[in-house]
Amino acid sequence: MACHGMKTHVKKRRGKKSGLRKILLMGNPNVGKSVVFSRLTGVRVIASNYPGTTVGYTQGLTKVGEEVAEVIDVPGTYGLEPTCEAEEIALEMLAAGDVVINVVDATNLERNLNLTLQLLEKGVPMVVALNMWDDAGHRGIHIDLKRLEDLLGVPVIPTVAVTGQGIKELVESIPAARAPRLPPGSHDERWVAIGSIVEQVQQVTHRHHTWLESLEDASVRPFTGITIAVAILVGTFLGIRFIGESLIGYVLDPLFEHLWTPVILFFSDLMGGSGILHEVLLGHIMAGEVNYVESFGLLTTGLYVPFAMVLPYIVSFYLVLGLLEDIGYLPRLAVLMDTIMHRLGLHGYAIIPTLLGLGCNVPAILATRILESKRERFIAATLISIAVPCAALQAMVFGLVGERGIQYVAIVYGTLFLVWVVLGFILNHMIKGFSPELLIEIPPYRIPLWRTVFQKLWLRVHGFLREAIPIILGAVLVMNILYAVGFFDVIVDFTAPVVTGLLGLPKEAVVALAIGFLRKDVAVGMLAPLALTSEQLVVGSVVLAMFFPCIATFVVLLRELGAVGMLKAAAIMVTVALCVGGLLNVIL
Amino acid sequence: MTVKKQVNLRQMYPGQRGTVLRVDGGMGLLSRLSAMGVRPGKKITKVSSMLMRGPVTVQLGGTRLAIGFGMAGRILVELEQ
Repeated sequence: MACHGMKTHVKKRRGKKSGLRKILLMGNPNVGKSVVFSRLTGVRVIASNYPGTTVGYTQGLTKVGEEVAEVIDVPGTYGLEPTCEAEEIALEMLAAGDVVINVVDATNLERNLNLTLQLLEKGVPMVVALNMWDDAGHRGIHIDLKRLEDLLGVPVIPTVAVTGQGIKELVESIPAARAPRLPPGSHDERWVAIGSIVEQVQQVTHRHHTWLESLEDASVRPFTGITIAVAILVGTFLGIRFIGESLIGYVLDPLFEHLWTPVILFFSDLMGGSGILHEVLLGHIMAGEVNYVESFGLLTTGLYVPFAMVLPYIVSFYLVLGLLEDIGYLPRLAVLMDTIMHRLGLHGYAIIPTLLGLGCNVPAILATRILESKRERFIAATLISIAVPCAALQAMVFGLVGERGIQYVAIVYGTLFLVWVVLGFILNHMIKGFSPELLIEIPPYRIPLWRTVFQKLWLRVHGFLREAIPIILGAVLVMNILYAVGFFDVIVDFTAPVVTGLLGLPKEAVVALAIGFLRKDVAVGMLAPLALTSEQLVVGSVVLAMFFPCIATFVVLLRELGAVGMLKAAAIMVTVALCVGGLLNVIL
Repeated sequence: MTVKKQVNLRQMYPGQRGTVLRVDGGMGLLSRLSAMGVRPGKKITKVSSMLMRGPVTVQLGGTRLAIGFGMAGRILVELEQ
């Protein structure tokens, strides 16, 4: 699916040598650095309400007075001693920065100042953005700004990044950044200093529990928590299906049928209804009807799959996921899932990369950087690439397998879920080491702003349009060319023992498996013209989902796990896919 | 003289309040916990604990944390009277 994560998070990981001044945005996790970043640079980045949204570094440009400067959004960190990959990246960045904007959560002054003091000890020129200033007011927290400035020795600017309040003042304060260079202190000395600062600048007035806070308590208690989780998951699933199906049925299908079909038929006539060009561009068209699923031309299936089958589900999935992210529900799910995830060699927070994987495996595997150990990252990444189908693949499963009956879709999902659990269990026992314990901050629930929800949705949809559609078209084109030159005739017979003997699929299905390396959605689509039984379709979909990652996921896996880790993961994938496919073939 | 009651986070009941006494663990755990707000002298309220040795959720000032079951057993709290 959309590999937007790659562009923003990874390609720019090492700073280019430029003469520009580098401004680093640093702070504790989930204080709003990415929102401040978007405000400063106009570069849109994914921001959510949970710690660890940003796992790589993103850069953009801003103007400070007349000077253009580079702004870098750094992953959040609690201190300057890294505990995971994302925090290590934050530290590497600190060495390269000229100015630091320390983004501080005004509702959590004491804890945030720990990092502030450590940064001051490093002697980098700094300004403090006291973010979520409005929220602090609502919570009855009053901070004496002038006094805080005096005590820290650097400018302190109150900001509300989501509305843009204070951003102008923040930029204007950058030339006034100062580096008082505190003497390095021990842990205890630092906390004493922080205690004294907080005492002098902060006053908290009492106020009552809000309904959101009552809901916060309920969602981490066992019984209410599980009830809420089940309700949310069912609601999420129904919501995604409803929005996706509606978009297909009421918008995209009619568009294709009434606007595009006449164009296709016109060209088909023009080309005389056959020939190599007709085959590649339009595919098989019979009796004046365009079968968008089976014709497999570049302009028919090549456009129909991404726009009318996959895109609607991308939109609906990311809309719902974005809402859950911004409300701040995901860390609560991590608390609920922690015990189960430990059996799989992970801890509860690994549920966040896993859920992201249901959209696209690429950002999901990057997000495993929030996990502490290499072992956990390997298990999480392997499980995601084997058993977590991306939205594009799921859309195709719904479209093609769903036609045969919902029970077949249930078998596909049930199998993948079982594989996720059983394989996690096995990996946990086979790989040396243990799963670290959960220690996470749970953000308060926030009511999402529609504007930010839709901006984030657009960012992700745009990523899909820009990066996935060329590959989809490329995959259809490559497939047509390879067919035309007779390439598949050679490998089809060669692989027949496995494909037919073990999996019980027609030997031509190997073409779909091969194309699966480029795009899984196209690959599932290629099962359509094979006239498979429902059972074969289930086996084909499951094997395609598990067999091998698509090229975008492959590249990220290779970079994140290293060549050896990738080889191990790939060996596991192929073995497990063939075993499970063979087993399904026997059972069904 | 009253003897104050000491318990670890697992033993506290939801809703109980107290003050963090100490954390039994190495430097790594201590600095990680203290950076997130758990250190001696801090007021702490237990919010909930999950079933089957699941994480314990606590509130410290404006921060809410979920702490793994094992770690929670190493955080000692003096209960409020």
